Amino acid sequence: MFKERDYDVIVIGAGHAGCEAALAPAHLGLSTCLFTINLDTIGQMSCNPAIGGLAKGHLVREIDALGGEMAKVTDKAGIQFRLLNLSKGPAVWSLRAQADRVLYKLEMRKAIESQRNLDVKQALIDEIIIEDGRVKGVVTSLGIFYGARAVIVTTGTFLKGLIHIGLENFSAGRAGEFPSIKLSECLRNLGLKMGRLKTGTPPRLDAKTIDFSKTETQFGDDPPPHFSHSTEKITNPQLPCYITYTNKETHKIILSNLDRSPLYSGKIKGTGARYCPSIEDKVVKFAERERHQVFLEPEGLETKEYYANGIPTSLPYDVQVKFVRTISGLEEAEIMRPGYAIEYDFVYPSQLKHSLETKTIQGLFLAGQINGTSGYEEAAAQGLIAGINAALKIKGKEPFILGRHEAYIGVLIDDLITKGTKEPYRMFTSRAEYRLLLRHDNADLRLMDKGYALGLINEDLYKKFKEKKELINEELNRIRNTRIKLDINKTESLEQLLKRPENNYEIIEKLCPSNKSLSDEVKKQVEIQVKYQGYINQQMQMAERLKKIENKKIPEDFDFKKISGLSREVLAKLEEIRPENLGQASRIPGITPAAISLLLIAIEKLRKGQT
Amino acid sequence: MFDEDTIAAISTPLGEGGIGIIRLSGNNAVSIVEKIFTSPKNKTLSGLRSHRIIYGFIIDPSSQKKIDEVLITLMKSPYSYTKEDVVEINCHSGMITLKRILELVLQSGARLAEPGEFTKRAFLNGRIDLTQAEAVMDLIRSKTDESRRIALEQLQGGLYEKITKIRDKITEKCAHLEAYIDFPEDEIETSSKEEILESIKIISDELKNMLKTYEEARFFREGLATAIVGRPNVGKSSLLNALLMKDRAIVTSTPGTTRDVIEEYLNIKGLPLRIMDTAGIRDVEDFAEKEGVRRSLKSIESADLVIAIFDSSQALTKEDKEVIEKVKNRNTIYVLNKCDLPALINEKTISEYIYDRTKILTISAVNGTGLEELKEKIFRSCIKDWPEEREGVVISNIRHKLSIEKTISALERAASALTENQPLEIISIEIREALDALGEIVGAITTEDILNKIFSEFCIGK
Repeated sequence: MFKERDYDVIVIGAGHAGCEAALAPAHLGLSTCLFTINLDTIGQMSCNPAIGGLAKGHLVREIDALGGEMAKVTDKAGIQFRLLNLSKGPAVWSLRAQADRVLYKLEMRKAIESQRNLDVKQALIDEIIIEDGRVKGVVTSLGIFYGARAVIVTTGTFLKGLIHIGLENFSAGRAGEFPSIKLSECLRNLGLKMGRLKTGTPPRLDAKTIDFSKTETQFGDDPPPHFSHSTEKITNPQLPCYITYTNKETHKIILSNLDRSPLYSGKIKGTGARYCPSIEDKVVKFAERERHQVFLEPEGLETKEYYANGIPTSLPYDVQVKFVRTISGLEEAEIMRPGYAIEYDFVYPSQLKHSLETKTIQGLFLAGQINGTSGYEEAAAQGLIAGINAALKIKGKEPFILGRHEAYIGVLIDDLITKGTKEPYRMFTSRAEYRLLLRHDNADLRLMDKGYALGLINEDLYKKFKEKKELINEELNRIRNTRIKLDINKTESLEQLLKRPENNYEIIEKLCPSNKSLSDEVKKQVEIQVKYQGYINQQMQMAERLKKIENKKIPEDFDFKKISGLSREVLAKLEEIRPENLGQASRIPGITPAAISLLLIAIEKLRKGQT
Repeated sequence: MFDEDTIAAISTPLGEGGIGIIRLSGNNAVSIVEKIFTSPKNKTLSGLRSHRIIYGFIIDPSSQKKIDEVLITLMKSPYSYTKEDVVEINCHSGMITLKRILELVLQSGARLAEPGEFTKRAFLNGRIDLTQAEAVMDLIRSKTDESRRIALEQLQGGLYEKITKIRDKITEKCAHLEAYIDFPEDEIETSSKEEILESIKIISDELKNMLKTYEEARFFREGLATAIVGRPNVGKSSLLNALLMKDRAIVTSTPGTTRDVIEEYLNIKGLPLRIMDTAGIRDVEDFAEKEGVRRSLKSIESADLVIAIFDSSQALTKEDKEVIEKVKNRNTIYVLNKCDLPALINEKTISEYIYDRTKILTISAVNGTGLEELKEKIFRSCIKDWPEEREGVVISNIRHKLSIEKTISALERAASALTENQPLEIISIEIREALDALGEIVGAITTEDILNKIFSEFCIGK
């Protein structure tokens, strides 16, 4: 075995998780190497060419506030931006962008290659070397050893990837790419429990053969909003998406070919996501629906390829062609790449700590789809956290953990490691208990101090942020303390006035504007904080209570068996998850309040016994 | 569970002991009790020194009605069992009084203590040393087992099913809202504001109807405290015997642990009548007249129902009139006994003294005339809205009652937020709170349940 150099951190896989996982430790000064099977697919969007959307957009904003890369790259590669859910309240507004797939890859590669302390190499990693329960390094398929103090595995769908198109199937990481077979065996041999999931993609179509006049056009917002706190302006030309629908004829073709579907013939064993069903599933499970939406999304500025979102399928190629051509506007459509389903191995995430380090192997971190999630944003968020924590671990510092009340990232990781997942896990706003606190608009207010403290936010951006924060507080104070006369003997503060349901910040601009020039962002922030103050405070109090029980730490080597009186089921759960604190313990499904009381007393007893 | 809130519980065994104690512990123990306490000398609890006793009355703050005469002990932090402020209300026992006071305490801001929670706090606050910790855990365990068993028993029958049904309805609403929020680009049929308001109203009305059963269920659970009064020789014991013999339903409860005195229960259409001071009634014929009346009058005070008996074969005496005077403002049935003998007085005679003639009836305890009618009157005297179709669903546990109240108020907040045009995610917060509150009765509902509902109801997946 040829021994190459040692790194502090090695990242396996250069998808959305891997890129963030490699950038963060390099940024923090650690020598880092990013391995990818193919240098040309760094930051590849393997599913639809879009970033963000409900809850996912929140994640992107949070990644940015912590110094991650995804938002910046999306802003540079975005060809359509829309703020979704504007008809609802501010907590559930969310930004989504269509991105140019090629530009996205290029911009991400640029960021990776220009990062100091970061090497990027094309190699297939076959093995992770462990000694005394601690990571030592990795070995490539050519037998080359690289030493590492921490290894982050971000292999996405590549572990034993198996692609299905009709009843045909073949091994691949993504369509046209090598799978990673040996690494999966290696992880299993390290004692990690693994399962199998499934995901799918729709066919991609040639725009020359689409009659867009038969579809509805959907434009982005103008001017386009942006994700990153550091972006000034979106400069790419913007493109629309198009909406069309399946119909009875489409459904008939699909139904009459189910015997050739790997999904319905039992070939596919992995569990798919219910929120992203194949068109076969939609037609079978929701038989009463006469049509399903199809979003035609541009793959980029310089290509004719369109992504037919809404009809992911693993039906045989000839059936795909047949049913696609029943759809309005697609009568002549040529398929450039067929849709397919892919099955892959994942690691049950309950084997991880909040830091995303495995509980059993020191220095081994997992992030992204390997942990049972789906989505670029979920992957990137985990990659960032794993990267940060690998660096902190090497530096001998406490792990960086976000609470459920602080970030969707906190909800994501806590859910994964506490509850596990049976289907590809996707973030929804409804997963967050403190939805009003975790808004898209306040990601920087929630997290940028932390990002700065970690060393991932540069001085310029941080200064800009501090100024914004200052302006918001000043304005909040001003409107609280400025009273205006409503009639002869009645005055009201500007704040009270703004609170009224029928008013927005315009009322203040009209009646008594600030003498400072305030950005729209600041005004909006003031408006939201005032209008929802009651509810926000209520959630903050709840969050305070949560913090209190989260502060009751359970020692890592705590012996749950020593607590007498726990039911066998409860004990098994506690031993499996090994919660890090009492709050996490209380969220494990099946743990009773009485068990939590017993646990609390047991750890207090231990603590008092020690002092 | 880890809040520094104030907890309360009845800390003496339930029963007819001499006194009963309700204990509160926590930062607000004093201020909570002050809301429902009045002292004849206008003393305040907050002005009291630690480890002193104050005399006064517990009042219902909404009606200002006196509930009981009490002694209150104050033990200020840290010199108390839990090392927190502890207030103990010593009252005149009787389950009904104790529970009523506990309810008032809970309404005033305390939370019902978890099993073993006082002891747990004592431990966490460093009052109990390590060696005692195991004992605390045993206590929690046993109390939890016990309350689980009790809860299980109470959940049998229609209650569990009913609450689950209501919870499913709320979950469905919640899933609707959440799907609408989380999948803005999927074709999700939304309910109009009016539709949501309408279903919230239907659900909370249903819950309110269930709550009504709590008061009445109390009678089924604890028995209807009944005083049979009248001057000697009007036929109190023969009435008692007639009711007993007819139904062969006498129950003698076990003396000792739960009750200090033996009581006799009469079963009227499934409603247990707890005859108060039965000894008094049985022996009263041998007593001097005055003493008999005195004893009868005393039991009137604490009764849910009074049965006043008169002898229709004799003219109304001074004592009879005295009885009427005493029972007039109570929940009373007036019984003219001995209709088998020639009558000297009739229902009209009595009605001159009271307003509600329907409360008077004529019977003969000896030959059984009018007994069925009497039983019906007894049943209806306290159980007024007992719908036939209630499927045995009765709220009888105070925890359940509190949870349902919490659910209703969360639903009402959701409705008013909706009326104010607050955004949907705010409505959803309240509806989830309603779900959590119901979850305290039949098990928690999780985000996963809501998502399951979304994915089974809506075709999601752009």
